Amino acid sequence: MSRYTAATEQDRREMLAAIGAGSVDDLFAEIPEAVRLDRPLDLPPGMSEQEVNDHLAELAGRNRHADSEVSFLGAGMYDHYVPALVDSIISRSEFLTPYTPYQPEISQGGLQVMFEFQTAVSELTGLPVANASVYEGPSAVAAAGYMAKLETRKRRIVVSRGVHPHSREALATHAAGYAMEVHEVPLNADGATDLEALAAAVDDDTAAVVLQQPNFLGTVEDLGPLVEAGKRTGALAVCAADPLPLGILEPPGSFGVDICVGEGQTLGNRLDFGGPSFGFFAAAERFIRRMPGRIAGETRDVDGRRGFVLTLQTREQHIRREKATHNICTAQALNALAGTVYLSWLGKRGIVELATLMLRRTHYAREALGLEPINPGPVVREFAVRVPDLDGLFERARAEGINPGFRLGRAYPEYEDGLLVAITERRTKAQIDRLAAVADRQGVPA
Amino acid sequence: MTRIPEPDTVTIYERSREGRRAFTPPASDVPEVAVEELLPEGMVRREPPALPEVSEPEIVRHFNGLSKKNFDLDTGFYPLGSCTMKHNPKLHERVAALPGHARLHPLQDPEYAQGALELMWNLQGALSEVAGLPHVSLQPSAGSHGELAGLLLTRAYHEDRGEQRHKVLTPDTAHGTNPATVTMAGYEVVKVGTAEDGGVDLDDLRAQATDDVACLMLTNPNTLGLFDRNIEEIARIVHGVGATLYYDGANLNAIMGRARPGDMGFDIVHFNLHKTFTQPHGGGGPGAGPIAVSDRIEPFLPRPQVVKTADGAFDLDEDRPKSIGKLRGFQGNFGVFVRSYAYIRSLGADGLKEASETAVLNANYLRALLGAPDIAEHLPIAYDRTCMHEFVLSGRGARDNLGIKTLDIAKRLLDHGVHPPTVYFPLLVEEALMIEPTETETKERLDHFAEALRSILREAADDPEIARNAPYTTPVRRLDEAGAAKRPVVRQGAGANPGDPARAGGDGGAPTT
Repeated sequence: MSRYTAATEQDRREMLAAIGAGSVDDLFAEIPEAVRLDRPLDLPPGMSEQEVNDHLAELAGRNRHADSEVSFLGAGMYDHYVPALVDSIISRSEFLTPYTPYQPEISQGGLQVMFEFQTAVSELTGLPVANASVYEGPSAVAAAGYMAKLETRKRRIVVSRGVHPHSREALATHAAGYAMEVHEVPLNADGATDLEALAAAVDDDTAAVVLQQPNFLGTVEDLGPLVEAGKRTGALAVCAADPLPLGILEPPGSFGVDICVGEGQTLGNRLDFGGPSFGFFAAAERFIRRMPGRIAGETRDVDGRRGFVLTLQTREQHIRREKATHNICTAQALNALAGTVYLSWLGKRGIVELATLMLRRTHYAREALGLEPINPGPVVREFAVRVPDLDGLFERARAEGINPGFRLGRAYPEYEDGLLVAITERRTKAQIDRLAAVADRQGVPA
Repeated sequence: MTRIPEPDTVTIYERSREGRRAFTPPASDVPEVAVEELLPEGMVRREPPALPEVSEPEIVRHFNGLSKKNFDLDTGFYPLGSCTMKHNPKLHERVAALPGHARLHPLQDPEYAQGALELMWNLQGALSEVAGLPHVSLQPSAGSHGELAGLLLTRAYHEDRGEQRHKVLTPDTAHGTNPATVTMAGYEVVKVGTAEDGGVDLDDLRAQATDDVACLMLTNPNTLGLFDRNIEEIARIVHGVGATLYYDGANLNAIMGRARPGDMGFDIVHFNLHKTFTQPHGGGGPGAGPIAVSDRIEPFLPRPQVVKTADGAFDLDEDRPKSIGKLRGFQGNFGVFVRSYAYIRSLGADGLKEASETAVLNANYLRALLGAPDIAEHLPIAYDRTCMHEFVLSGRGARDNLGIKTLDIAKRLLDHGVHPPTVYFPLLVEEALMIEPTETETKERLDHFAEALRSILREAADDPEIARNAPYTTPVRRLDEAGAAKRPVVRQGAGANPGDPARAGGDGGAPTT
């Protein structure tokens, strides 16, 4: 008997008697003999809790992580401080172990969190309706593309190369299913989306124009003209946004963006080698019945008390299944809870202070490094520089316990010598100065 | 003594007061240049986002208060059919939180992430063995994401052979997401009927299986909890027209170590790690939906793949020219992989098999208990065959004899402190109740559940109004779902400033509608 089951020999006898079966094997007689597995699974034997603990600790110990080095690595996920109260709250079993709130009367806690989360996302993005989260950032971009197809019945998506490479690829992967063509628009010499190229790429068959704020290089995009040019022929404007800089950046909704999505990892979620985190999805009011994922809505019970339920579920697969607007039947509820707690912790003033600190340190770091910037304009959270001897820089930095950032050439062949440096509130001036000292030894033999 | 009641429901925004705070920023150690000097004029936010202004103690109280309004698996029985609510070992939370896992950046160079890549490699191997298929991608984020991956792989496979196929067959017992996935993958949904024994109607399948069919999506055991005895013939028919056979792995908990989808002829399988290999469901996520595939599908798997190099090191292979691409960012829900891997290593080969056996034993025992005449006359079993890990009752007897609906029974169960089964699914059973006890429940819990149902039926025979008005003991009583959908209120103070208690409904938590 494994430690996670409870049927004793006595139980088994009594249960089989109640069933009227002679043995557990009899219960599997329904499986045709030809497809039964006639041998044990080829897997190692079970281990005690202690052995599993130690094995997993040994594996974890072989990874170099954000506590064992000073990391300027970002490119979509960032080393932010997660306050203690987030861990405390998300580890409560009442949040950790329920299923989807199909029975709202005993799920008011989770449903109210969804409602509060939706409110926060609306506030950050400047769009009136938001869902209770989707898988993560790049697949949220793909979901926005699908919604644009349903809405416009057009066949083309125009996407800026400033959008995260993973998002562009997820968009293309999904678009191959829903028969859309994806067209990329280059960045200009300043590392911002090329407005003229974007305007030229948009045609009558364009369903959506996809941008990112700040873009993959950290450039703060001038959204107004881009959105205007993008929507000229009736396409929807989609913007992927990093939620923390939205504390100081005018929200995408203010520029006429129709759908704002993004990656929520920066809001109280772990790095987790890439997941789980959550994606958010906000839109203009008229799209509420086409949005993917769950939505919590406010209502009342029979006694007139305020309560919350999952609402607009006809969009989902429960009813008229072929007509469902998306197959996402889940949310990342626990991760979105972490995000909600985190945003409550930051609060209205905190998010401005944090984003301001990031903005200042990003500009400070770019200057301190003294390398040629690829995107010399306004940046927040990240910036890209040219490094004459990138391998040498990595080698010297690694020797000092510093991870200098992301090799831009991995995703952008046009920036083969590029280094993308990410800044969070955890990267102090002293750490930035250390990286600058390493960079300053360019060309000097180590 | 008069008791001053706390307001029923207060949102975090209604607790907000100008100037309160929980966050202290780190010291400003760089020049304090004005935001306006660093950002272009039009890009500086005019109004800060109206997030709540609350103190840390109030945040803790607020969310802890909310948690008390949730029913959870660690507190009580949760026989939610098709959702597989099994115990989640506490060890898993600890090992997932180790800094080497939780604080590992997804773009860390593979040479500095060998432990994580080895874990993924081992997990891929174990899933491959359980599925009976040689290749695994861990990337999809959920079961439905795995389904989409499976159909995109099917499309890539057929197109690579120069074939255009546009139909996907889905039985009417299919999981709810299957038809929506088919539509998203650009295919047309074609329904296949169910035979009297609850399996696929073979005549209907033969009639529908034409050479423009790309795939049949099936789960076995199906959502009625029944194993399809004709699976070999089904595979022959589907492969006979050149289509792929897709296995929806949501019910894999029933057969681990006893039978393998690959051996049944399936080409593509998705796993719901959160169902079969434990994962706290988190109120609806996160989960993960890895897929296993046969050799002929392998070239099309998503990027990247974890590979083992000649020198025994692990790497991420992005160079996959026929790949469908990425379904999402980075390497998938790694934190979920850690927990499932810990579970597989804890149980091992024998333990996984025992888990399935016990799940099937528990389901059949509960089915036998509920087959007692005084219950079965009101809640007949939809298909009277040995079930696998779940089974479906019909509430039509209760409706006709007692005047209470399945929904009423579900709501009255809440007063007994158990989570109701899945209701009104699958769609082909009238007034369905779909029950899945899982392997981690004791005989005593199953006995209690049967008694609770019995008592609800007895009580309804005297007075059906009791069930019709249930629940009575929950934080709120029956909620107006129709009203919520008619005029959706999906955020605090819609149209007003959420930070303003006066406009958001006040401290009294009065409804804002």
